[in-house]
Amino acid sequence: MVEKNHMRLEILSKSTNESFARVVVAAFASQLDPTIEELSDIKTAVSEAVTNAIIHGYEYNEGIVIIESTIEGNRIEIVVEDKGKGIDDIKKAMEPFYTSKPDLERSGMGFTVMETFMDELIVESQLGNGTRVKMAKVFHSLVDKE
Amino acid sequence: MRLSTNIVKDYLIVAFEGELDHHTTEEARMKIDSLYYDNNLSNMILDLRKLNFMDSSGIGLIMGRYRNCKERQGDISIVNTNPSVERILRMSGLLKIINMYSNIEEAIDGKRGE
Ligand SMILES: Nc1ncnc2c1ncn2[C@@H]1O[C@H](COP(=O)(O)OP(=O)(O)OP(=O)(O)O)[C@@H](O)[C@H]1O
Ligand SMILES: [Mg+2]
Repeated sequence: MVEKNHMRLEILSKSTNESFARVVVAAFASQLDPTIEELSDIKTAVSEAVTNAIIHGYEYNEGIVIIESTIEGNRIEIVVEDKGKGIDDIKKAMEPFYTSKPDLERSGMGFTVMETFMDELIVESQLGNGTRVKMAKVFHSLVDKE
Repeated sequence: MRLSTNIVKDYLIVAFEGELDHHTTEEARMKIDSLYYDNNLSNMILDLRKLNFMDSSGIGLIMGRYRNCKERQGDISIVNTNPSVERILRMSGLLKIINMYSNIEEAIDGKRGE
């Protein structure tokens, strides 16, 4: 069992930071000795949430995206937060293929990817105040080895 | 991300290497579209074998190229052998409308790869 650990990362809403953010979280997650597939799931989910903060939350304006992660036992929790425009209808936003920006060639798959690749997904948002995406995943590699 | 492009007959062959996300799709989109239209091509093959990361931005990029090719009555296909890339392609439903092959030759011949 891995002891409880926590990290917090603050980045500017620039698209170059998308790869930076997912690599940092993946490096943090590696303490749990995940499989390559589990690590790839984490990276993809973080990438989706951070990209959403940049494109939709801040609509390409400058803002701060905060990424926090906590590991405990064989579970990782990841929170991605922006102080951007917020989501009016969360239920609709989470529907597969729904996008508010089809002109930018978005596919509307971001939340579906997060939901599929992670075990838990909670989206909290307030119009004008920002969005907080909380995800969690349980790694099975540690348990399987014992 | 590295992008190598090649024109064979009326095929634009695009090989991606590295990570395809929101940041890297922007440049890839411009490069692919200008080659496709400037050379008046109709078909496209997207070779994803050397990608080690792709998220929904890649899905959007492929969907957009699919639309462009259909508009010209052209064909688009994907070459891929990477399981994590395949997982997200399948999730998005793209593999229901675009054929996936395991190498370029099969994609040109239009034979379904195993
Ligand atoms: N951080 C956010 N701030 C404001 N709106 C958001 C945020 N994240 C998501 N949304 C809204 O939810 C919708 C769905 O998000 P999702 O990630 O599923 O699709 P997308 O980003 O539009 O497309 P894709 O992720 O496939 O490129 C977005 O179109 C947007 O309207
Ligand atoms: Mg998205």
